[in-house]
Amino acid sequence: MTAYMPDLIQLIPAFPFAGAFFLILRGRRLPMQATAVIGSGSVGLSALAGIAVAIEFISSPPVGHALYKTLWRWMDVGGLSPSVTLYLDPLSLIMLLVVTIVGFLIHIYSTEFMEGDEGYSRFFAYMNMFIGAMLVLVLADDLLLLYLGWEGVGLCSYLLIGFWYKNPANGYAARKAFVITRIGDTAMAVGLFLLFTESGTLRIQDMLMSAEAGRPGGLTISLAAGLLLAGAVGKSAQLPLQTWLPDAMAGPTPVSALIHAATMVTAGVYLIARMHTLFELAPAVQTAVAVIGVATLLVSAASALAQRDIKRVLAYSTMSQIGYMFLALGAGAWSAAIFHFMTHAFFKALLFLAAGAVIISQHHEHDMFRMGGLRKRLPLTFITFLVGSASLSSLPLITAGFYSKELILWGAWSSAKGGHWLWAAGIIGAFLTSVYTFRMVFLIFYGEQKTELSRLPGLRMHIPLMILALFSIAGGFIETPKILGGVDVFSSFMNSALPQEVKGHLSGHSELMPLGAASLASISGVFIAYMLFFKTPHASEQMVRTRLGGMLRRFMLSGWGFDRLYDTLFVRPFIRIASVSRDDFIDLISKVLAASAAVMSRALSLTQTGKVRWYAFAVGLGAAILIWTAVL
Amino acid sequence: MLILLLVSIPIIGGIVAWAAEKAGTSWPRWVSIFALGLDIIMMIPVLSAIPHSRGVWSAEFRAEWISAIGASIHLAIDGMSLLLVILTLFLGMISVLCSWTEIRERVGFFHFNLLWTLSGIIGVFTALDLLLFYFFWELMLIPMYLLINIWGHENRVYASYKFFIFTQAGGLLMLVAILALYFIHKEQTGAATFGYADLLGTRLSPETGMLLMLGFFAAFGVKIPALFLHTWLPDAHTEAPTAGSVILAGLLLKTGAYGLLRFLIPLFPDAAREFAAVGMLIGTAGILYGAVLAFAQKDLKRLVAYTSISHMGFVLLGAFAGNELSLQGCVMQMLSHGLSTGALFIIVGAIQERLHTRDIGRMSGLWQAMPRMGGFALFFGLASLGLPGMANFIAEFLVLIGSFRVSVPLTVIASLGLIASAVYSLWMIQRVFHGSPSHETPPDISFRETMVLLSMMLPILWLGLFPQTALRVSSSSIEAIAQHRLSHSMDYPGPGSGGLR
Repeated sequence: MTAYMPDLIQLIPAFPFAGAFFLILRGRRLPMQATAVIGSGSVGLSALAGIAVAIEFISSPPVGHALYKTLWRWMDVGGLSPSVTLYLDPLSLIMLLVVTIVGFLIHIYSTEFMEGDEGYSRFFAYMNMFIGAMLVLVLADDLLLLYLGWEGVGLCSYLLIGFWYKNPANGYAARKAFVITRIGDTAMAVGLFLLFTESGTLRIQDMLMSAEAGRPGGLTISLAAGLLLAGAVGKSAQLPLQTWLPDAMAGPTPVSALIHAATMVTAGVYLIARMHTLFELAPAVQTAVAVIGVATLLVSAASALAQRDIKRVLAYSTMSQIGYMFLALGAGAWSAAIFHFMTHAFFKALLFLAAGAVIISQHHEHDMFRMGGLRKRLPLTFITFLVGSASLSSLPLITAGFYSKELILWGAWSSAKGGHWLWAAGIIGAFLTSVYTFRMVFLIFYGEQKTELSRLPGLRMHIPLMILALFSIAGGFIETPKILGGVDVFSSFMNSALPQEVKGHLSGHSELMPLGAASLASISGVFIAYMLFFKTPHASEQMVRTRLGGMLRRFMLSGWGFDRLYDTLFVRPFIRIASVSRDDFIDLISKVLAASAAVMSRALSLTQTGKVRWYAFAVGLGAAILIWTAVL
Repeated sequence: MLILLLVSIPIIGGIVAWAAEKAGTSWPRWVSIFALGLDIIMMIPVLSAIPHSRGVWSAEFRAEWISAIGASIHLAIDGMSLLLVILTLFLGMISVLCSWTEIRERVGFFHFNLLWTLSGIIGVFTALDLLLFYFFWELMLIPMYLLINIWGHENRVYASYKFFIFTQAGGLLMLVAILALYFIHKEQTGAATFGYADLLGTRLSPETGMLLMLGFFAAFGVKIPALFLHTWLPDAHTEAPTAGSVILAGLLLKTGAYGLLRFLIPLFPDAAREFAAVGMLIGTAGILYGAVLAFAQKDLKRLVAYTSISHMGFVLLGAFAGNELSLQGCVMQMLSHGLSTGALFIIVGAIQERLHTRDIGRMSGLWQAMPRMGGFALFFGLASLGLPGMANFIAEFLVLIGSFRVSVPLTVIASLGLIASAVYSLWMIQRVFHGSPSHETPPDISFRETMVLLSMMLPILWLGLFPQTALRVSSSSIEAIAQHRLSHSMDYPGPGSGGLR
């Protein structure tokens, strides 16, 4: 057994939390350089600790390929005794490495990107807090602790989307993100209630063990898995809780790269992978995962086609790529989902950061149609963006995205839980992906320049871009299809944490056909984009100008009208109810009582006239009535 | 003896504070600080006794009062009372500090009322004689009425009357129920007593039990407040001076919750079980109703007031669910709601002192001018929406996970409150602190205000991360209540015997 690993694990989340704490406390009085050093340094230390742990984990794996580090007993009430325990296995190790390393690169980038912003230290405080919470999420041994990290990253996402708080639109986007994900979170909380009531614990490993003993397909297990899925859908912006992600682009671009592309939005994928036993025991729910994934990947890839805002294209693309991960999870290709999570973190962070470099060089312009011809002016940005685009479009052989997407499509094709429909949808998605991706490339970097350059990215922005570009290429070579060498470093490392997919009847077939189809889809997508947006741009304009084309464009631009639907179904009725009942109609009861008392008092006081004749008459009348009733 | 001092020090302190006004307006403030500080020091031996106490009660005082009718001065502290007494003293201290600049007229009399209310509250949390309990119940009411009536805002007279009539009506119904219980017990055993432990075993027919339980519920339900009995609260909270709102939200509401746990459920276990479905339903409805109305408000203070109704709905839900998880959740909710809502009222008070308005429509972008206050408001807003890592989360999670075993549908509906609380909390932050900065540039919070808010923030965080510190203290009391409810037998071993452990 190893000596330093357990102690190092707890430092991994501790560093960024300490950084956040210090910056919240003293940040406003610190010079900008000090803030930058503390903000990115804390994540750097965390990444170093993570790498040290990883080296030791791989060179001398702990017993059972898993490691626990209990920090303290959280509470102990009536059988509920969650502890604050970190759990390290290959799955959490990969997550933690991606979070800290990509996170560190984005922090370095941000030190330059955010320069001159009055909220500089607030930004790094929130970013550090996010990294800390994300690490708690992936390292949690107990579902309740995972939930803490889960809501913690949601909070940081809210704070950073609304970072430029003076614009109410940003505040709206931030609240929308928080509330919609909270809908999922609440379903997940109910899932926790159910799991605890049924199994008597919230410790993930114990729970999975006791679930295994249960009957597969049981109602309780399906219900619990379904509720967790609702949480995952909210966090990972999948249908039907996807509408917050495009608006979340209101935050600074590094935030979009870190939170809304590389890490937080994939938390749902992690959750399902972490709870995989549960989902395997609930086949209906697992199928639902795949269906949701496929629906999201198609809907959002189509939406990405119509966007003008570069960041919104990337946002829809993120939803679509997470859709692929869901497809993999649903097909039981567990490690393929995590592999795609990793490569996606590389190339999508790269694309966002490169987009950020473009945006600040164009006077904070987001509209791609007002950009153009930047290939020569921003050569390094162009090259890295191109690498990211190639990887996102999964261009064959040379890109990481090719190998990870290929693994997913192969899983969908060959797994017993997959199917040809799922696979075909994946192929269509791959085609759409390379169309919208290279639409971006041609619109931004080719054609004529439309906006003058305002600011050129410097070294601290360029270095992270280059490193991520390298990862976006080389990251794929650790797992390749059989006919391309059959390297399986990644999946064999994952073996102890995630089961291998169950092969269906197709497993004997050659990989050549599906592989060829996917490659063809990617390349033809690039070709279509080239034709539509470079060679003959007026053709696409004409398409949009027709009645049908215009309607289709508006439909896809609005993300298939979900916002409007939810507005009519939920938001407006809620506001209506609130404004109708503002004055608390229950209060009417006491108001009516008070008013009637006042009326009676006034009525009775009318009798107090002070006139003796009137009193004598009243007494006489009263006596007469009394006698009359007595006689009768 | 210790507990008697605990109750009487604020009484004496109040009189001294009133008299000390002649020496200068800051004298009553310092006298109050001193009296409460003395009380806090008195708590230390009780606090250190808790882990070692084998029985339920860790400190007790008993003396003759009106022996002819069997009423005695019987005070005792167990884990649950201890937590609430600490909360009382802490929030009492906070109230003195947060009215330091707000209250400028009749300062002596103000602090007299403040301390007397606190004394009544401590009495309520420690009395084990039902007549004495009723005495303290009334004692805290009248000074509170005066606090609202004299130092309140524009509509204070209406609000104070409403507060008085609601609580008084509820209190009288409870008095009738106490007396009925007393006579029934006397008839059964021949012993005339108001003692809690003696009355616990009283046998009641289902109808009588239900009637008497409803009498108690009238008093406690008004205080908590339960939906339909809540309408005094928005007015009273809104019109009260800041210290009054802090005490109302932080402590007076807790006396209702405490009464539910200490008296209503143990005294009428069968009736309470019969009524549980209704109680949980009222709680659940209150959670959602309060949250929707909070969102609808235009007056910032009223908004916070309605959040109280929503949060206290969890207490009602958890109390009637009645298992250890949900009851511990109630205790936690009492503490966390006391701290977080108290802090929100202080922030509203500080805003009103600076902008001279509570109208949300006239506030915007205050973060620019007051980043420190904004940070605190954000923190307590997040506490209010139950962010994990804070005490409020532990409370609501425990209540819900406990209620889940009793009623799945109600728990699921109550969970919607988690979404609604996010809506109103973030809406409040948005309208007041975010958005384009207003033209006014009020000064950020002072050192005193920072310290006050910081001292409320730290326990919320601590209890969120290390809730066991408090849960451990209340566990024996809660286990006793939960088991007593389960056994629903007539032979409750009674406090002091330690037979439940």
